[in-house]
Amino acid sequence: MDLKLDHHTKDGIEVVDVEGEIDVYTAPRLRELLIELVNSGHYQLVVNMEKVEFLDSTGLGVLVGGLKRVRAHDGSLDLVCTQERILKIFRITGLTKVFGIHDTVDEAITVRKSEK
Amino acid sequence: MSFTPLPVHVRTARLVATAVARRSGVQEALLDEVRLAVGEACSRAVEAHRAHCPTEPVRIELTGTRGRFEVVVTDAAARDDDGALDHESDSSAAPGSGSDNGYPGADGSLDDPEALLPQGLGLAVIAGLADDVKISRTAAGLSIRMSWPSGDYTG
Repeated sequence: MDLKLDHHTKDGIEVVDVEGEIDVYTAPRLRELLIELVNSGHYQLVVNMEKVEFLDSTGLGVLVGGLKRVRAHDGSLDLVCTQERILKIFRITGLTKVFGIHDTVDEAITVRKSEK
Repeated sequence: MSFTPLPVHVRTARLVATAVARRSGVQEALLDEVRLAVGEACSRAVEAHRAHCPTEPVRIELTGTRGRFEVVVTDAAARDDDGALDHESDSSAAPGSGSDNGYPGADGSLDDPEALLPQGLGLAVIAGLADDVKISRTAAGLSIRMSWPSGDYTG
């Protein structure tokens, strides 16, 4: 399955919905969207990965790049993911310590707002 | 088999590898690991070829013998940027074990957002996924050999 991207604003936070496979072929599209959002002033991001079927290190690089970009503006990039197959790659690479990873979009937003 | 080093072909390569692994008797629970590890190896090879020899195809071998399903991904891009993992790998080589998670810029100290992850991350992911991994450098390039237990014994 190819990559589908969408985004909407919820409680002042930009939620990016990702569906499909994030790999060396599709990751550039996610990178472009994250850059576009940051350039348009969205510094609080939640990336919803509940419908992601595949993620490799190229995708991780894009997410970490997005995190770096929002942090440059004192922003945040949190993830929503409960799929073990996706969480495994975050654990292998130690990135569970870098990202906030939540079970639901609402939880991610609530936690982020409580930390502001 | 071999394929033109284009990112779009990596998905096909990992799907074929997963299908062959299934038919070779690899347990369903391991197929996700096969798919991800093969994808990482092919992605790495494609990037290397695109940088150094874009007209040369990437080679991938899929074999199931003696109770093991083995995948070998070989590139033809001679270079020297995978030195940190230029040895028989084990999962302890994966980044993330250090106090700073092993990622340059994780503390926000780098200016280039795209330079945040260490070179060789894909190899580290493979080391964390495959049951057995051997990475060797040939005169032409890098060869990644990985294997998993399979149900078939045809050797």
